[in-house]
Amino acid sequence: MTLYLVLLLPFVGALGAGLLRATARNVEAWLAGVVALSCAGILATYYPDMAAGRVVQVAVDWLPQYGLTFGLRLDGYAWMFAMLVTVIGALVVVYARYYMSPADPVPRFFSFLLAFMGSMLGVVLSGNLIQLVMFWELTSFTSFVLIAYWYHRTDARAGARMALTVTAAGGMCLLAGVLMMGHIAGSYDLDRVLAAADTIRAHALYPWLLTLVLLGAFTKSAQFPFHFWLPRAMAAPTPVSSYLHSATMVKAGVFLLARLWPILSGTDLWFAIVCSAGLASLLVGAYAATFQRDMKGVLAYSTISHLGLITLLLGMNSTLALVAAVFHMLNHATFKASLFMAAGIVDHETGTRDLKRLGGLYHAMPITATLAMVAAAAMAGVPLLNGFLSKEMFFAETIFAGEALWLRILLPATAILAGMFSVAYSARFIRQVFFGTAPGELPRTPHEPTRWMLLPSATLVLLCLLVGMLPGRTIGPVLDLATRAILNGERMPVYSLKVWHGLNMPLLMSAAAFIGGLAIHAWLTRLGHPEGVLTPLFRRFDGKRAFSILQVRLTRGATRLVNGISSTRLQTQLALIVVAVIAAASVATLGQLKVDLMTELAQIDPAFALLWVVGAACAIGAALQAKFHRLAALIMVGCAGLVTSLTFAWFSAPDLALTQVSVEVVTTVLLLLGLRWMPKRLAMELRNRDTMRARVRRVRDATLAIVAGLGMAMLAYVVLTQPAGPGIRDFIVKNALPGGGGHNIVNVILVDFRGFDTFGEITVLGIVALTIYKLLRRFRPAPEVMTSSAQKRDPARELPDPRDPVPKGVMLVPAIIGRLLLPMAGVVSVFFLLRGHNAPGGGFVGGLVMATGFIAQYLVNGTLWVESRLRIHPQYWIAGGLLCAAGAGCLAWFASLPFMSAIVWEPKLPLLGKLHLSSVLVFDLGVYLLVVGTTTLMLIALAHQSLRSHRRPAEAEEMTSVRMVR
Amino acid sequence: MELIYSLAVGIFCACGVWLLLRPRTFQVILGLALLSYATNLFIFAMGRLTLDRPPLIDPNVVPDASMFDDPIPQALVLTAIVIGFATTALFLVMLIASRGFTGTDHVDGVEKDE
Repeated sequence: MTLYLVLLLPFVGALGAGLLRATARNVEAWLAGVVALSCAGILATYYPDMAAGRVVQVAVDWLPQYGLTFGLRLDGYAWMFAMLVTVIGALVVVYARYYMSPADPVPRFFSFLLAFMGSMLGVVLSGNLIQLVMFWELTSFTSFVLIAYWYHRTDARAGARMALTVTAAGGMCLLAGVLMMGHIAGSYDLDRVLAAADTIRAHALYPWLLTLVLLGAFTKSAQFPFHFWLPRAMAAPTPVSSYLHSATMVKAGVFLLARLWPILSGTDLWFAIVCSAGLASLLVGAYAATFQRDMKGVLAYSTISHLGLITLLLGMNSTLALVAAVFHMLNHATFKASLFMAAGIVDHETGTRDLKRLGGLYHAMPITATLAMVAAAAMAGVPLLNGFLSKEMFFAETIFAGEALWLRILLPATAILAGMFSVAYSARFIRQVFFGTAPGELPRTPHEPTRWMLLPSATLVLLCLLVGMLPGRTIGPVLDLATRAILNGERMPVYSLKVWHGLNMPLLMSAAAFIGGLAIHAWLTRLGHPEGVLTPLFRRFDGKRAFSILQVRLTRGATRLVNGISSTRLQTQLALIVVAVIAAASVATLGQLKVDLMTELAQIDPAFALLWVVGAACAIGAALQAKFHRLAALIMVGCAGLVTSLTFAWFSAPDLALTQVSVEVVTTVLLLLGLRWMPKRLAMELRNRDTMRARVRRVRDATLAIVAGLGMAMLAYVVLTQPAGPGIRDFIVKNALPGGGGHNIVNVILVDFRGFDTFGEITVLGIVALTIYKLLRRFRPAPEVMTSSAQKRDPARELPDPRDPVPKGVMLVPAIIGRLLLPMAGVVSVFFLLRGHNAPGGGFVGGLVMATGFIAQYLVNGTLWVESRLRIHPQYWIAGGLLCAAGAGCLAWFASLPFMSAIVWEPKLPLLGKLHLSSVLVFDLGVYLLVVGTTTLMLIALAHQSLRSHRRPAEAEEMTSVRMVR
Repeated sequence: MELIYSLAVGIFCACGVWLLLRPRTFQVILGLALLSYATNLFIFAMGRLTLDRPPLIDPNVVPDASMFDDPIPQALVLTAIVIGFATTALFLVMLIASRGFTGTDHVDGVEKDE
């Protein structure tokens, strides 16, 4: 279980560091350092297990229904990598403590860094493939935030975006590949997938899954042609480059290739793809590194090249090459991290990383220079250093890798060529920074940095030396147990980690690379390291350019597509919707229509027909008048609503009729209140009413409307003339009384059968009311309605005085009647509420009636008069209603029943006899309260706008005077 | 009966669609109101049309589904009516706010020059 700590500690640390104050400077560094070292310490205690070849596994259920566990699996290889991550992590933390400027938000940096460490450990220790991909994506994300750490810089943002796009897209491919692998193996568990290696390689999907997995690995490890993101990621702070973009994260790709090596390798396809990608990256990286101006640029391309070397080794399908690859992963991490640190020190102390401006720093900072020289020598492959050993192994492998003759020539030749460039850029890196003289003034006077900044770099260089001189004693056992773990029981190759193997072919190749590299360096120095002379060769293959072009094309294409198939204009959008609906409905309706006109005509009830003559006339009238005669149109729509309500009553739906009538009242009041805020519109104002376009549009819309109406009528008729299916009505009708305890089936459905639905619905009502309230608080009325209308300026028509007991003037009689109305409305509403369960009525209707009573007060007495006497506080009604309804639902829990079950209590009381009390009444009371609150909140908020515009002119004047004083 | 009912739904729907496609916000609100009447009537009619059989149980008679109009569409329409009111109110406020911010009552917030 302590293994979980290794994964957990970094994330906990990240959270802790993130919570620290931005000015804390030492605490977070200590925190990060302690976390990294404790993880390394815990891992170190597992060494005996690893040395004995055991695999430590822990797992808890994650998604058991998919057979997924959240498991950690520590074997030799994972152990080696986890140690690499934590040890270099600890060194980077020390380095970063002195590198980062106090002006930066350092806790954030350490928080991200620790989160990355955790993610990387997650990748390394994952026991199943899905979990691995999850942590893989997390490393992409943490890398993104770390590259964009100085987010005020454009290059940092662009670099971070590019890195995320490339690596996360690769991660998606990897996920697809892993899913296929799991599908074939029948499990995502690493052990079971490893066991199914032969099945996977023989499966028809193997080429696909291999390609997808390789896409994931190559994007992560910056392999050609996806290498372009890595140089742009150098915009990150140098500790990040040193940690993520050389030592650990970019190694995740090759880590995975090695991890899956027993499963995927061994085929010609593997050899072809992996080797060519590795070879191309090796060469392109080394070549491009030679021509960089930026110190970090040189190191970034060199990283691409070295990762290419590892990839190439992994592609060779030989166990010996695998050993070399693992060995080089370690070696590269040590010397490259230390070189990045040196580059950071130079940048930190001189203020520039430009190779053209630097020079002669050996005298100012001899220790840094010495450390950088040793590390660069390791990078170039100088004997007695660790880079030499793995490079020798690499050279040896190239000779024997291919069977075809051209491969046996091509591979060693390319290896020597890449080796030459590697020597050339290493030599240049050292010579131009530390020797010669600087061409001009440096931004800062250079001097040796603090010892603590040198310590991490020195530690790594010491490791380079130790491994280089005593490989068998130092790295030998670790390499052995790591490779053994990868091979998973396969026969280990025989190799010897000696410095001197005698005079053999690889040594000759090394010598050739050295001489050639120094020659290239001398030649380029004589030319003054021209830029853009040879690199144009590569501009055509520049992945960054392809990436940008792709990005721009995609964006443009998407914009064009959106413009092509949609419109920003509401009318067009709505017309499209209507057309689509008509098309869909006509498929269902056409050919089903049979009208027997004679029997239909005989059945017609003249009263009903007359009712609908009125209804149709109102609807059509409203449609025609809505533009210029809003009030008339509104009245006609109200009329149409009444006709609808009567229709409901006609066809046995008294509840609907009641609700429709009460809603009609409040809707009309609402729209009346809104009318005030519309602009004036007179028919003669519009000169262009009869232009050609307008006429065409009207004809189009009329056609659409008629087609829609006809279609709807047809659809309704087709349905109505067919017998109804069985549905669930039998069940509901049978259970309404015994189960729901109510005689009014509609109400029983609302508060009992579908109580949860109603609960959601009243919540929506409350939200809408609050939204309206909030929207109106920020409301800015149109300028011309700010001034009072002609009617309001009429001196005979005064606003009611709030102090009067009854309003004077024309409103006297309505006010008296309205006041008598309120208690009656209250009684009626409660009556509807209480009887709702057994007869037409219920919470909705009751609430609307009560709200109407309140609104009538506002209408006849005026807002000021009412509010000086009666504060309704609709918010409390809404809250109370929701609590009531939810409480009624929760009551069921006390009877160990599910939420919203009805609880019935039938006590026998003296005098009153047997009572029927049910929790649904409480629920309906909630509905009632909420409907009252919602309706009054909306309408009062609207009514208050008129008050505001009264006050506005005065306030506006005040504002202007204040501004003028200022 | 069914014919008139269907024609009624159709006429409401046609007027609603016509208003929905108009350029002024108030027209659109009225259009939505008419369209929601049509929709509610349509959904209500899914239980077929029955006269004088409201879904109220007489406790002295064993209930049977054929004795009542289908209560399920009624329940659905009842909540739809109330929600319809809420959305109308929301639209109205949007209309007023949009008019205040843009100075026009055109649905797109800009007056088109034609």
